[in-house]
Amino acid sequence: MNRLGVIALGAAAIVAIVAPFFLRRYGIYLISMWAVLTIAAIGLNLTLGYAGQVSLAQGAFVGIGAYTVALLTQAGWAYPAAFVCAGALCFAIGWGLGYPALRVQHHYLAFVTLAFTTLVFLVLRNEEWLTNGIYGITGTERPVFFGWSTGGARDFYFFCLGMLALLSAATWWMLRSPWGRAFLALRENPIRALSLGLDTRRYTLMAFAIGSSLGGMAGALYAPLVQFIEPNSFGLGMSFNLLLMVIIGGSGYFFGPFVGALVAVLLPEWTRFTEGYYLLVYAALVMIMMAFCPSGLLGLIGRMSKAMTRRAPTPPELHAEGTTP
Amino acid sequence: MESFIQLLVSGLATGAIYALIAVGFSLLWQTSQTINFAQGEFVMLPAFFILAAMNAGAPFWLAALIGIALSVVVLGLLFKVIIVDPMLKHGVLPLVISTIALSLFLKEAAKDFYSSQAQPFPTLVPATDLDVFGAVVSTQSLAVLVVAIGTVAALHVLLQKTRLGRSMQATAQNPTLARILGIPVERMVLYTFLLNGVLVAIASILITPIYLAKFTNGEVLGMAAFLAAIIGGFNQVRGAILGGIILGVLDNLSAVYISSQYRGAFPLLILIAVILLRPHGLLGRAEERTV
Repeated sequence: MNRLGVIALGAAAIVAIVAPFFLRRYGIYLISMWAVLTIAAIGLNLTLGYAGQVSLAQGAFVGIGAYTVALLTQAGWAYPAAFVCAGALCFAIGWGLGYPALRVQHHYLAFVTLAFTTLVFLVLRNEEWLTNGIYGITGTERPVFFGWSTGGARDFYFFCLGMLALLSAATWWMLRSPWGRAFLALRENPIRALSLGLDTRRYTLMAFAIGSSLGGMAGALYAPLVQFIEPNSFGLGMSFNLLLMVIIGGSGYFFGPFVGALVAVLLPEWTRFTEGYYLLVYAALVMIMMAFCPSGLLGLIGRMSKAMTRRAPTPPELHAEGTTP
Repeated sequence: MESFIQLLVSGLATGAIYALIAVGFSLLWQTSQTINFAQGEFVMLPAFFILAAMNAGAPFWLAALIGIALSVVVLGLLFKVIIVDPMLKHGVLPLVISTIALSLFLKEAAKDFYSSQAQPFPTLVPATDLDVFGAVVSTQSLAVLVVAIGTVAALHVLLQKTRLGRSMQATAQNPTLARILGIPVERMVLYTFLLNGVLVAIASILITPIYLAKFTNGEVLGMAAFLAAIIGGFNQVRGAILGGIILGVLDNLSAVYISSQYRGAFPLLILIAVILLRPHGLLGRAEERTV
């Protein structure tokens, strides 16, 4: 299974690198969007899949990140500085938001984050002096690194892909550190984790803040990718969509967000042949998918491969989902 | 002062409608752990059932009855059998995603199969203005208030005074114990879904003349129900009623006296304050934590 996983990963990486040479402009835009949304979904997966907290604010953090970068670059900041700023700001806001919400348990974080998303939307829409209200901000410049301009669609895709690789590697490393183990312990059994001396509240907060920060960095890529940001893009719809990606891919699986984001970006496009009905078909497909594989697509694959190898003697398995792709 | 009374009455009227929606919402949560993100669309849809029936030639009262009946069957029975039952064993989260998808589905269905334009909707009573202590109050608000309060009162009697209602409450509060006491728990859960179908249909009839029949109506209403249920207390029917009324009144007053741009923000701020100070809601009970 593990070797199979490595092969699948290698094949996917090659496809991701080669794909833009075979796609037209809109196709490249879509896969760039996939890379950006995957980063945001990885962040949400950290909060949801590993620390077990439902957040409906990831879309808002993407928005905060996007606006931060758009405004700072307009003010003449260099893109890398604005990028770091977006991540740091979302980390701080995530920390501030989670701090009170995590006093109480379970679905309350979902409600507080839901309210937060709507508040962010209202601020973005109403504070016209800062955000230009419903007219949005256009033309965020794509960065230039050491003479390599990411202005073209394909160049910018590679920039997004590179950031995705970098950030997912960082997340991978973090999940292997004592921190990551603590996150898992939180999800599996918070009370036991507490009795083992883990400061559960601080770790939950940490997971939430890091997850939010990834959302902000995704936003920092979103603004130069789309070149037009407006409050409506970052409403509840986007938060729901990101949640959908994490669940469809398989929450708690490291590669879940990659698969989920791919489905969420491509499925609406593939159902476009149904003309005006494509959202209808999309919604129906999501419901069917949830009914048949509630643990997500990777959960389904895991179940199938387990069923196939049942006859062979299996080595005792450490129960930690997400450690094997 | 006159405008205050006026605002208060219309606020109470919207609040009472919110309360109806929120009660259904919290009943579903209590009996089946369903957080119904499509509750707003559930309110949007019956209005289209009624319009379709009227287009087929039915008078308003008959169309309203057909609308309520369809709503009970589609949004109560079918929702439970097709969507909730198969998903329930997988836990809360997949069901949340499924109801989010359902809300999109219903919205698109109303748009694609009926109309994307806002449709006028008949009012319960002819719109005239009454003079109450110098304030102008529309008959429409009063009619809404009367019907909504009547429904809430009937619901209260059903839940508190009848054997059926008490069985439903027992099911909501402690299914295991209810089963031991011989209450048919599954049937009670089904009744809750049917009851929700009735409540959303009534709310739909009351609110649609004000908002017009639009496929996007559900967004605002679902959020209101959600907030009302949490502010009042997620696990208490009384809480949902109180939350709905607070929300309606506050919404109207704050829009005029504080800021109309941020009218949507005040309920959210209250929500955050409630969660911080009284996490189980104004009237709710604290939920126990199990190891």
